[in-house]
Amino acid sequence: MIRVEGVTYSYGDGINALDGVDLEVMDSELLAIVGENGAGKTTLVKHLNGLLKPQRGRVIVEGIDTMETTVATLARKVGLVFQNPDHMLFAETVEKELSFALTNFGLPPDEIAKRVEWALIEFSLSNYRDRSPFTLSGGEKKRVSLASVLCYDPQIIVLDEPTTGQDSLQKTRLATTLTKLNRQGKTVIVVTHDIEFVADFIPRVVVMSRGRVIADGPTEDMLVRKDVMEASSILPPQLAELSWKMGLNAPSINADMIVKEIRQMLRGELK
Amino acid sequence: MVLAIIEVKGLSYTYPESEIPSLIDVDFKAEPGEFVLVTGPSGCGKTTFCRALNGLIPNSYGGDFKGTVVVDGLSTTSTPVYELAQRVGLVFQNPENELFCTTVEREVAFGPENLALPREEIAMRVEEALEIVGISHLKEKSPEELSGGEQQKVAIAALLAMKPKVLVLDEPTANLDPVSAKSVLELMQRLNKNGVTVILVEHRLEMVSHLVDRCVVFEGGRIVADGPPREVLYSDKVCELGVGIPKVVQVSKRLSAVIGEPLRFLTSDELASYVRGRVS
Repeated sequence: MIRVEGVTYSYGDGINALDGVDLEVMDSELLAIVGENGAGKTTLVKHLNGLLKPQRGRVIVEGIDTMETTVATLARKVGLVFQNPDHMLFAETVEKELSFALTNFGLPPDEIAKRVEWALIEFSLSNYRDRSPFTLSGGEKKRVSLASVLCYDPQIIVLDEPTTGQDSLQKTRLATTLTKLNRQGKTVIVVTHDIEFVADFIPRVVVMSRGRVIADGPTEDMLVRKDVMEASSILPPQLAELSWKMGLNAPSINADMIVKEIRQMLRGELK
Repeated sequence: MVLAIIEVKGLSYTYPESEIPSLIDVDFKAEPGEFVLVTGPSGCGKTTFCRALNGLIPNSYGGDFKGTVVVDGLSTTSTPVYELAQRVGLVFQNPENELFCTTVEREVAFGPENLALPREEIAMRVEEALEIVGISHLKEKSPEELSGGEQQKVAIAALLAMKPKVLVLDEPTANLDPVSAKSVLELMQRLNKNGVTVILVEHRLEMVSHLVDRCVVFEGGRIVADGPPREVLYSDKVCELGVGIPKVVQVSKRLSAVIGEPLRFLTSDELASYVRGRVS
């Protein structure tokens, strides 16, 4: 479980990147954090593995106050996958990239081999095993950086903008992987601008704006709230927009619901 | 018939040290002033196609190149880069990799300076490019201190200063937040209205399909669909490719089947006003 209590953080420029943030994440939840650029999303998740420490308030991860432990300890519990894979990747080959953390954590060689094999297959990277990560495409690099974290099996997985540069098939695959990990008991937190991805795959959404949490709840309820979408200056899902424009009483992000609603409207009038 | 501004004939290409061709027998034509959306799953050849349009392929990459690419009457394989650069500009996914000058103004002036144009002409082109893109207020800034969206606009202004007839953009919004992405895409639409031919690679079809004249889909190095977006996005074949079909298209398709009337909407505005029109 993660508890963020009244956390404030400033990079020293006179602006509070986080301004009294409260957030509770239960074990094995799957949630998204969305919000405009500079809303504080990345600053918040950097608090979860101790990369940043709160200047006011506290962060408790699985019962441990992040002020009272090291990044190295937290890193095994909280795996953070950064937005730009170039900031994470460094090894000569994809295989070495994947085994790096495992070796550092002192796992036995056969266990390392097993996990690397799993990751190569799960992320369709088997063909690139001996390639330098830097020769891969943007989308492929992204998959390597994600695989390198999932390999060491952290309990909490945080992904910063995992869908950039991914096509729709890869997004669906990513969602399948995340859902599967989540069903196995992992807590998965996705920081993203990709509102359609959230609408399609993530059950809970936390909306941030200017260092604060302005909405938090079930995705299908939050993303159809015009006030929230406008306050956070993120583009709403296409179906929420459609709902508003049609003046639906119950706006929805679900295609089945929308089709049903429209059919009812048309039927009503054609009688 | 209008003379094509881009004419690609029988283009096949394989990167050096690769065994699999990235493009296979591609034929493509664009008329001056067209706005063409290029899409398709990752690895389908769209980036390679973009690189072929400004001669980066094969001139800088080498590899096995067959067929011809002619832009504004010039063949890319027999025309010097500085000539091509005045016809066709290429914008990449990550603007950080392109920008290197200390100020935005210098960045935008770099191209025309290298053409050894008169000073006044350079100044005029820089002013104009910054103005069109809407970043005149940033000209004293260092590109490094700008946001991703602003950097992408600097990269676009730098190309416009070369007065190209064709702009090719390879996922220019991939690293941008939705609001910046929308503003870059609206800029493309404005440039296109001013007569620039735009070839735009983009995954997020819900943001662009209504802006373009034509939609070209690549798969496995070949063009598998080419036509107006209202035909291409509604074709079953394209749907099966795993291209991200916008939600409004999905809903319209299902409604079509139910009410037995072919609907071809691309935006929530279009679909909403249709429904409201029927109901009121």
